[in-house]
Amino acid sequence: MIAVSNLTYERYFMPVFRPVNFDLSAGKLLVITGANGSGKTTLIRILAGILPLEWGSYQSAATTTTYLGHQLAVKDDLSVIENIRFMQSFYARQAQAAAERASPRSIAGRLGLDHVAAQPARSLSAGQKKRCALSRLLVVSADLWLLDEPYSNLDEEGVSLVDEIIADHAARGGSCIMATHGTHRPLRPEAAELRLQAGDVADIE
Amino acid sequence: MNGSAAMALLRRDLLLAVRRRTEWILPLIFLAVVISLFPLGISPAPSLLGRIAPGAIWIAALLATVIALDGVFRSDFEDGSLEQFLIGDESLTVIVMLKVLAHWLVTGLPMVLLSPLLGLWMNLPIDAIPVLMATLAIATPILSLVGAIGVALTLSLKGGGQLLSLLVFPLYVPVLIVATAAIMASVDDLPYSPFLGLLTAGLILSLTLAPLGAAAALRISLS
Repeated sequence: MIAVSNLTYERYFMPVFRPVNFDLSAGKLLVITGANGSGKTTLIRILAGILPLEWGSYQSAATTTTYLGHQLAVKDDLSVIENIRFMQSFYARQAQAAAERASPRSIAGRLGLDHVAAQPARSLSAGQKKRCALSRLLVVSADLWLLDEPYSNLDEEGVSLVDEIIADHAARGGSCIMATHGTHRPLRPEAAELRLQAGDVADIE
Repeated sequence: MNGSAAMALLRRDLLLAVRRRTEWILPLIFLAVVISLFPLGISPAPSLLGRIAPGAIWIAALLATVIALDGVFRSDFEDGSLEQFLIGDESLTVIVMLKVLAHWLVTGLPMVLLSPLLGLWMNLPIDAIPVLMATLAIATPILSLVGAIGVALTLSLKGGGQLLSLLVFPLYVPVLIVATAAIMASVDDLPYSPFLGLLTAGLILSLTLAPLGAAAALRISLS
């Protein structure tokens, strides 16, 4: 699905992390770990195409990629339902065929947001907002997911919901790369781990 | 981008504008207040007011546009929606165009609709009022489109708002000159259509080039 070789990123003339190499096949999960500031977010953002690729290379066979970052892209002034509905119509091309498309309310239900579905997102707690952002994964059927700290702010139940969604995704042959500092670990044993280490000037010379 | 995605984005931005009324009502009030200060500060003499009306209304409209401008990308930038647009499959240029259109519908169009009243306050001859409206209708989209480039460039800067006005006012000068010249011409019973033609040419030029520029500037701001 995605092959990365010798990829690193330079900031203030210092590589953020040691050059990384990995090859992720379809249906597999890669967990990127590392201390704060070790470049997990940077790596995910390079793979998503937000930051430019400066060192190394990667090839992706994914036709569509979904990225979920620290900024949730949930509109505060729209309700949960309206947020989901916008995503469904905006990503209609990537979303599942209209016939099998779930209703916004059932997606909100799956994410445990039933009782707040009609409330504006600004009134939600941080965890509920995160759940609302997860709806992007359910709406857009991408074959590669790039998740940056998908467990942050979530309760126990929310964490297992994320695991469940990722397992469903893998069962359909989708790949997933997630960055997490490791307090919550994906339960699936087949997950590969990539530990980022602080870079050295020698790495980019 | 297909039509339904475009409609979804347009509908979302208009719905957000309905929910956040202050963003577009305040610039309108600002415009009305500035115009009502002219008779107090300069002179209430009708003939003098009528003479300065085109320039006064247009300068106030420029200022009101710049005040409203920052809102075009700000909230999408802050909550990460812009990132998603950047990496999504839909063309960023088309997204920019749609966002500017939605922004103009809630900030530019109300100014066009308010302008007859402003013209009357400033004792602009009745015959010149349709020309005033025409210049605003043609040229405020130019202001929004060109301004969008400036907003996109200053998005990630602290205090980008002040820098924005420095960036865009020089670009607004030709619009101001041609638009006021058109209204002056109609006040003096001279042909004004060449000026409107010039403004339309400017609109077409900015409609084709500004979204490309703004999309490129957004890419820079986001990386």
